[in-house]
Amino acid sequence: MIRAVTRIGLLFGLLLPVATIADDSGALLPVIPPAMGEACVEPRDVMRREHMQFLMHQRDDTVHSGIRGAKHSLVGCIDCHVQTNAEGAAIPVNAKGQFCERCHSFAGASMDCFECHATVPAQSQVQNQAQPDLPQWMRSPVFSIAGVASPSAGLD
Amino acid sequence: MAANKNSLADQGRRHFLTKTGAALAVGLAAGARFIDFPHASAATGPASGTQRWGMLIDANKCATGCTACVQACNDEHGITGQGRPQTDAQWIRKVTLRDKASGHEASLPLMCQHCEDPPCVDVCPTGASFRRADGIVLVDKHSCIGCRYCMLACPYKARSFIHENLTDQKPWSPRGKGTVESCNLCVHRIDEGKGRIPACAESCEREGHRAILFGDLNDPDSDVAKAMGAQQSQELRADLGLNTSVRYQGI
Repeated sequence: MIRAVTRIGLLFGLLLPVATIADDSGALLPVIPPAMGEACVEPRDVMRREHMQFLMHQRDDTVHSGIRGAKHSLVGCIDCHVQTNAEGAAIPVNAKGQFCERCHSFAGASMDCFECHATVPAQSQVQNQAQPDLPQWMRSPVFSIAGVASPSAGLD
Repeated sequence: MAANKNSLADQGRRHFLTKTGAALAVGLAAGARFIDFPHASAATGPASGTQRWGMLIDANKCATGCTACVQACNDEHGITGQGRPQTDAQWIRKVTLRDKASGHEASLPLMCQHCEDPPCVDVCPTGASFRRADGIVLVDKHSCIGCRYCMLACPYKARSFIHENLTDQKPWSPRGKGTVESCNLCVHRIDEGKGRIPACAESCEREGHRAILFGDLNDPDSDVAKAMGAQQSQELRADLGLNTSVRYQGI
């Protein structure tokens, strides 16, 4: 009898973590928010396993040799996978439940990328900065405030 | 029996050769793809040693009190202060030189001089400080451990250390706590290959001063090379023999 109780206890003990994961995310695998582009630069299973190698390889090419615009770009990932909130502002990709954070918290792997790298695309960053309720006269290109004016306003 | 043994051994050899050949073929194919990769997706670069990016700064044209270049640099790279001038990051600053005898004052912008023999690169223990093929001196923040030895070595005090956590960085200018940084000649603009000039030079031109001339020092037809050929210019601390890419006139 004691043996049976122990066995049942063990069985529950084994099932419990699985149930927790299932309750937490609604599925056994993390649900990733949909991306904007048509297709990823690599098949999904390849990206899941090897995206860090791709990013690390390309970052050295970019920093040391100035090769930009190649296939495996972190900026490219963010541009395609960023979500917007109800007001149309971009949500950082490392915010809770977002593209990068969702998988990384599921896998228990930390990421250091966003201690330095931007978490939202350039355009939305500029829009976000212009968002504060400035009066119309302050939005004219003549009136520029540090950090509010677009860095490349009127230059492109 | 012996013949049989030999044939088995031959088979083994044949298998070994086949497998090695296949592995080699796969390796070559993978290698070929690896090498082709950057070109396949219309990427820019790589930076070439045939170019050497530099600046000629005319102190006579630089207006006293004007900080347009500093502001433009801060906007371009998302540099915001914490209200602590002693430690806040600063990629470019305005300096006033005063001749004691005559009292003549010259105003000039000072930033990383992009030396040909950079002391910061000499002392870096991790190889994070490096000089790119086209002469731009950069910090690879992926390998920077924040020891700040380069800051001590730089005779121009051109480098800054980031003491605090940052947010809202620009996608083209990653910056973060615990790393050293300095002027990168707006390398993201140069790499676009569309003739864009650094933010400071652009703002100086917009202000109408035209004190900062940017271009390829190796190209005899570039404005900067022509101006240097026509008029006397000098390095700051030329005695150190660093052969800087940023040169000055009127000091």
